[in-house]
Amino acid sequence: MEKPSHSEIEKSVSRNKNRDKLFAVLGLLATFIGMLTLAALLADLAINGWARLQPHFFTSFPSRFAGQAGILSSWVGTILVMIVTAVAAIPIGIGAGVYLEEYAPKNWFTAMIEINIANLAGVPSIVYGLMALGLFVYQFRFGQSILSAGLTLALLILPIVIVATRESLRAVPGSMREAAYALGATKWQTTSDHILPYSMGGILTGVIIGLSRAIGETAPLITIGALTFIAFLPDSPFKAEFPFISFNWIWSPFTVLPIQMFNWVSRPQAEFHLNAAATGLVLMVLTLAMNGIAIYFRYRFRKRIKW
Amino acid sequence: MKADQVDAGYLGAPSQARSFARSAAAQKIRERLIEFGMLLCAFFSVLITAGIVWVLLVESWHFFENVSIIDFLTDTQWTVLFENPRYGIMPLVTGTLVTSGVALLVALPLGTIIAIYLSEYANNTVREILKPILELLSAVPTVVFGYFALLLVTPLLQSVLPELPGFNMLSAGLVMGIMIIPYVSSLSEDAMKAVPVHIREGSYAMGATRLQTALRVLVPAAFSGIASAYVLGFSRAVGETMVVTVAAGTQPNLTLNPLEGAATITAYIVQVSLGDLPHGSIAYQSIFAAGLTLMCMTLLFNIAGYLLRKRFREIY
Repeated sequence: MEKPSHSEIEKSVSRNKNRDKLFAVLGLLATFIGMLTLAALLADLAINGWARLQPHFFTSFPSRFAGQAGILSSWVGTILVMIVTAVAAIPIGIGAGVYLEEYAPKNWFTAMIEINIANLAGVPSIVYGLMALGLFVYQFRFGQSILSAGLTLALLILPIVIVATRESLRAVPGSMREAAYALGATKWQTTSDHILPYSMGGILTGVIIGLSRAIGETAPLITIGALTFIAFLPDSPFKAEFPFISFNWIWSPFTVLPIQMFNWVSRPQAEFHLNAAATGLVLMVLTLAMNGIAIYFRYRFRKRIKW
Repeated sequence: MKADQVDAGYLGAPSQARSFARSAAAQKIRERLIEFGMLLCAFFSVLITAGIVWVLLVESWHFFENVSIIDFLTDTQWTVLFENPRYGIMPLVTGTLVTSGVALLVALPLGTIIAIYLSEYANNTVREILKPILELLSAVPTVVFGYFALLLVTPLLQSVLPELPGFNMLSAGLVMGIMIIPYVSSLSEDAMKAVPVHIREGSYAMGATRLQTALRVLVPAAFSGIASAYVLGFSRAVGETMVVTVAAGTQPNLTLNPLEGAATITAYIVQVSLGDLPHGSIAYQSIFAAGLTLMCMTLLFNIAGYLLRKRFREIY
């Protein structure tokens, strides 16, 4: 083999160094493409939608006239569906996470549940919608209601809540558990009085991220039959007579913000596209705010707890 | 510890010892109940999977009682809602594959470059700032991305390609690609981070640059994790609904040309669900058959990814 000359080696070294530097620029550029898209998206929504964001936009029902239409029924629908989702997903998700992390013995049954949860996270959301259409809407006769919608989204975000719960439980050192056991605490006392409070930050982060995902979900709710034009509100949960609260609203037909936006964006008239932009802006502010809170929680709890 | 063995003198009186024993027994039952309740929560996730499989299979079964499975797989037209319906899933499958293909052409290179950059080049501060911002991309509601593709990206593309129709798979695919970058990049980055430091140091000691180390040592070493990231990206692209429904149209079209519009499997399901179809009709059952096809596609790709990972797995 011929020996490369000194100058050839020098050349090859400097070439490699240049490539290395070039890649650093490329990497930064690639990252900026993603961020630029996000910025362009927000700017476009703001430019087109800002003018529509008047008070009456939030207090009006949808209308044939773009200028008079509003998102009253859809934001109320979003809030009510989210309540059902949270009530269903949070206890089940945390329960499952605590069981798998603190209680579960290592056997085939536990392994099956774990593989199953990992696979569920990869199932397309519209498939959850099909399942809910077959089971909730027709089999259980919940109908095309807020209850069906909330439960569907709860199933969808369950893996997120479970994984977040497990991760933050795992971060609590074993010495905490041993200290509690040494003082005679039972397993549940240890978990509920010590381990869970320490991991609340991480769990809360997971719950918020899950809910922010649920707010933006459109496809599964269209599949179970959400309506796109609703000019009434569900039955009020608060009543003047005893017992003062009522749960009739869970049976009500509904629409939500992303479906309202989808309806407006798929109309040919440019007028309605402005409404879509305004709705999109509301949705973006909601999801970005929720994610911001989640990031803040994660950051703060990571900083504050020192083992 | 048995409570009745506890020294009665220490507890004060025998009656107190008895009540202690009683409460300990009650405690034990309570513990069991709580554990069982949480076991049910965990088992619930298995029920969800069972529910999905059951609903898809049963409704598809009814569909295939009316439609031959050979027609379903080989016919070139999907006109379920028309007068003389034809049930060939091919046009929907090609629509799905083309939009996902475009998306992956964007997301895989960009995602991998970002992963290498964040794991090998960026310092801690830069990474701590860039990563959460990038992950916001996957938090944006997909219908907003659909709006973006239809009303901003398509007009932009039309200024370069004047022939481009208003509904096209190119713009839907491009936007979808950007959307799934975080899925690809953060899983790949985790995989590269998990490669032991001494392997990295070995490469540097031989005089390799960061780029050479990343491409020739880390990417092969982390291949199994990176493959998982790619498979997840593909699953996301195939199952994505709102971007393609809004931007690629709802017209089934047997083509591999991304410059045309075409319905995907998911877009078809949405289109049917928006109408008011009677429960039990063939069109109603057809969305479950479409959903089953979607699941089979994801499953096939996951199995392929699994085999690939097994073949190239590196263990340290």
